[in-house]
Amino acid sequence: METSNSTAVPMPPPPNMRLGDPSTHDGVAMQGVSKRFGDMVVLDECDLLVNKGETLVIIGRSGEGKSVLLKNLVRLQEPDAGGIWVEGREVTGMEPPDLRELRKDFGFLFQGAALFDSMTICENVGLMLKEHTDWDRERIRARACECLALVGLDDADDKLPSELSGGMKKRAGLARAIVMQPQYILYDEPTTGLDPITGDAINDLILKLQRELGVTSIVVTHDMAGAFKIANRIAMLNRGKIVFTGTVEEIQETSHPLVRQFIEGRADGPLGVF
Amino acid sequence: MLESIGRSVLSSLRGSGRGTLLLCATLGDLRYAWRMRAEILNQMQVVAVGSLPLVIVTSIFVGAVTAVQAVYQMQAYVPMKFLGTVISKSVFIELGPVLMALVVGSRLCANYAAELGTMKVTEQIDAMNIMAIDPVRYLAMPRFLAAILMIPVITIFCDTIAIVGGYVASVVTLDVTSGTFIEGLRMFYKDSDLLGGLIKSFIFGGIIAMSGIYFGFNTEGGAEGVGQSVMRAVVGSCLSILVADYLLAIVLFQIVFKGS
Repeated sequence: METSNSTAVPMPPPPNMRLGDPSTHDGVAMQGVSKRFGDMVVLDECDLLVNKGETLVIIGRSGEGKSVLLKNLVRLQEPDAGGIWVEGREVTGMEPPDLRELRKDFGFLFQGAALFDSMTICENVGLMLKEHTDWDRERIRARACECLALVGLDDADDKLPSELSGGMKKRAGLARAIVMQPQYILYDEPTTGLDPITGDAINDLILKLQRELGVTSIVVTHDMAGAFKIANRIAMLNRGKIVFTGTVEEIQETSHPLVRQFIEGRADGPLGVF
Repeated sequence: MLESIGRSVLSSLRGSGRGTLLLCATLGDLRYAWRMRAEILNQMQVVAVGSLPLVIVTSIFVGAVTAVQAVYQMQAYVPMKFLGTVISKSVFIELGPVLMALVVGSRLCANYAAELGTMKVTEQIDAMNIMAIDPVRYLAMPRFLAAILMIPVITIFCDTIAIVGGYVASVVTLDVTSGTFIEGLRMFYKDSDLLGGLIKSFIFGGIIAMSGIYFGFNTEGGAEGVGQSVMRAVVGSCLSILVADYLLAIVLFQIVFKGS
């Protein structure tokens, strides 16, 4: 987590941050979520709405807490305060068995893919099916291979994660995230560290999943070209709060100083450099 | 100074609380043992087969050194027919269980802490959680069960090899006849000695596993964090074994097996 010495800028209220009753929202709603690590406040009464079926891209400088926000959403990290709702079900305070049930509706593509080292790619992808269905081995393998083919990894099923390149690992991670046909997929920097062509292929996959499966996606990224390509809406996180949300057109036309500086990639401006 | 001591005490209490909760969750997940049998067998193999060379070498020399030390101390005062008795009692009650727990246990504890710690810092445990798979059931329980089952087996193996090592050292280098050694071995043998040692090693297995699992699951940071976890796990396991050994010695040999 980097500390920012950015100048305080008066923030206009984000257009869709009037949450109303979050428990009636049909997608994902975060209200007043705070998270701190020691003295460092990472999320500061953060509000966010994600509509069902949309792809929301979260942008922000490195270390602003975008990954923390994603992990708090599914309680991989516990929020210190605030509430989170998924289709009206309150996630904060949910008992472990209910939380496990809820998580079956989620796929998560981790920044480093987080594949299990000791398992082959096919076993990685099929693990959730093995644990949560009564399918036999052949059926699980067939479904895992189907998901691997979808991400262009037809021949990698018996390889170990250590035998794959970074891009292949990310694609395998994506195959694992979609194997149970989740309703929500959270992507933590899906194209970081990839060459532009592989990155674009991942973006195409995210679009394809949204169009063909109606998946609701939350994507954390720095890749603005990719964000403009896949997003229905874009939200910017700064100093622990969502400071802007809008459609691709709205963000491209906004005069919001923080957003303008970020999307133009300028070192000078209210965000500061270090 | 006082604040620092208070903070350390609170931190230790918090750690003990979390460790107890982890132990309870692991014990609760033993009901899934049959379903997880493949992973349990895999872990048993890690414990036993992987430790074999270390066990053999350690045990031979434990037996041999015990024989040499015993002869040195007994030669002027105690008849050599008691040599086998001294070696067997030392090995069954103390040296076998404790040395195996310290030697094999450190290896195993480091293995668990490093493996789980790496999984933690590379988000593999988060991945397991988001896949609605309980890491305690999937990772902790098989390792715990493998350790409590296999450490006693390794201890029996160690006891046997150590006795053989003691026999060879006595007969070949210490001028004790084979008959004298075996007579001493049989003379004061009690099942409770062997059983007490095995009960100790069963409990030591649990301590070793829980220490490695706890510190592995609570690893923070990157490679340095994994290193710290391994160090803390091994130190915690060794200290806990020594304290538990004293308490078990009192409970088993002063209360349970007294007079047997």
